[in-house]
Amino acid sequence: MNTKKKGFFYHLYKYRVFLLMLLPGVAYTLLFYYYPMTGIVLAFKKYTYAGGIWGSKWNGLTNFKFFFKSGQAWRVIRNTVLYNLLFICVGTVFQIAVAVFLTEIKSRTFRKVSQSFMFLPHFISWVIVGVMAFNIFSSDYGILNRLIEALGGNKIPFYTTPSAWPGILLFFNIWKGIGYGSVMYLAAIMGVDTEIYESAAIDGANVFQRIIHVTIPSIMPTVVILFLLSIGGIFRGNFDMFYNLVGSNGLLYGYTDVIDTLAFRALISSNDFGMSSAIGFMQSVMCFITVILANKLVSLYDRDYTLF
Amino acid sequence: MSTKTNVRIVRSNKITGADVITLNILAYAFCSIIALLCLVPFVMVVSGSLSSEKAIVENGFSILPQDFSTEAYKTVFKDPIVVIRAYATTIILTVVGTGLGLVLQTMTAYVLTRKTFTWRRYFSFFFYFTMLFSGGLVPTFVLYTNTLKLSNTYFALLLPLIFSVYNLLVMKSYIQGIPESLIDAAKIDGCGEFRTLFQIVMPLVKPALATVGLFIALAYWNDWNHAMLYIKDSKMYPLQYFLYQQVNNIEGYKKLIASNMVSSEVISAVSLPTQTLKLALTVVVTGPIVLAFPLIQRYFVQGITIGAVKG
Repeated sequence: MNTKKKGFFYHLYKYRVFLLMLLPGVAYTLLFYYYPMTGIVLAFKKYTYAGGIWGSKWNGLTNFKFFFKSGQAWRVIRNTVLYNLLFICVGTVFQIAVAVFLTEIKSRTFRKVSQSFMFLPHFISWVIVGVMAFNIFSSDYGILNRLIEALGGNKIPFYTTPSAWPGILLFFNIWKGIGYGSVMYLAAIMGVDTEIYESAAIDGANVFQRIIHVTIPSIMPTVVILFLLSIGGIFRGNFDMFYNLVGSNGLLYGYTDVIDTLAFRALISSNDFGMSSAIGFMQSVMCFITVILANKLVSLYDRDYTLF
Repeated sequence: MSTKTNVRIVRSNKITGADVITLNILAYAFCSIIALLCLVPFVMVVSGSLSSEKAIVENGFSILPQDFSTEAYKTVFKDPIVVIRAYATTIILTVVGTGLGLVLQTMTAYVLTRKTFTWRRYFSFFFYFTMLFSGGLVPTFVLYTNTLKLSNTYFALLLPLIFSVYNLLVMKSYIQGIPESLIDAAKIDGCGEFRTLFQIVMPLVKPALATVGLFIALAYWNDWNHAMLYIKDSKMYPLQYFLYQQVNNIEGYKKLIASNMVSSEVISAVSLPTQTLKLALTVVVTGPIVLAFPLIQRYFVQGITIGAVKG
């Protein structure tokens, strides 16, 4: 016991410079990440500004009762999970397709230029995507409705048609992430041993067989790992996207409200700290469980890629 | 990324049978369509901003400008001070945040990669754990507004983005690539840890500094929701939230412009453009990032391949 204690202080002294260098990062993380973790107790309290996190009174499960009675709990959880599954699955397919096709293209200029265009949406904020969405889908001025009318169809009032939104949101999600997402798969394809391609060619495989039997299986580890890691965040809705594309258009909430947007509205619009923190508590717990599970699955698949 | 080896293999494939031609047609068509779809919304915004308000109201938006007009830009720059103020706020926040963030992240990543520091595992877990569990919106909001009383201060915009564990991981991967012997040599020559970090390690990881620096800078540049949560004073709005406010409250913005006009040239606020004004503002806000884009793209590509899996 004595030697162990001595060892601790010995190390404390020996590592003093390292610890000094870590201090700002550790202090920041304690204050802005760990301290708010203790704030999840607010889910069981009636928040008052004067009381803050610790001085506010306990009120048991009242906040949760409100959340579930509001009838929105099931809706936002379902929307969040389904949207994330849709984005992950369809997005992955598109990103892989882009990566595979790009590597098959011989013109270096074409590859570079098209890849740059695909990367462009990653660099703008969702506020700007919101403006672009209005340009395309607005009933009065939108280019899509002009096109529909020119083809002799009837205008579709997208901003009052909830069922159109899974498609619209999927489009913009893929649109914004395709350049960024395909980079990982491009790198994986570049890493494939070229001898395998040569032997496939010698064995008489045509290019499609080569893609299906060599390229795709070779990048499967990357695909599986990225898939599992994104499954870890399945209870986290992309607030920026949903808020900027849908905003406070209540008509669409049935199809577009996710956990994050509801928590935000409860906090800012109705100042309902109790319900918002109940939603946040549930989300934090569900996220924690899914991240641990996803990480476990990744470690079964390939130990090198686990988070910890 | 070296793309050359694979391409050469594909090229050396002398068999140019029907399958190769079909694949090429498919690949060019698919990539062209996706690339164009990515570009068209940008073109539409620019075209719309250069159209006359009348044409937009009558015909709606289009891919090319209709009835070319710079009226919308003239309106934006009638009262340029609001735009300039938002620009200045964002530029200062981005520069300060990126600078401080880089030092903070590099310093932390450096210590976490030192093999002589046997406690590094505990500290690594301390940082990683924040990726698993978070307090969520309300506790963070209470921390900023109530505990620290940072509402309506620039700290509420600076602090949230200055340090991220994801960037820490990217930085760590880069620093791990430096041969241990180089750092040992510096130690033998009598360098302290700070000197090793700033004079040996940092010059060796310049690409990492560029990549992580750009990740941080982009996060600051595109940040809007922290302003929505914490800033009430419209004079303090950063660029993106300024745009968000004006686009969603364009009538208010028009009144603001009209109120600042000299009485002799007062036009009623109603006659100012609406749709084209939104788009001109969007172009003014987005312009720099799109222009800088060709220069910064490759650093992003590097950073993603290094960091994405561990993220």
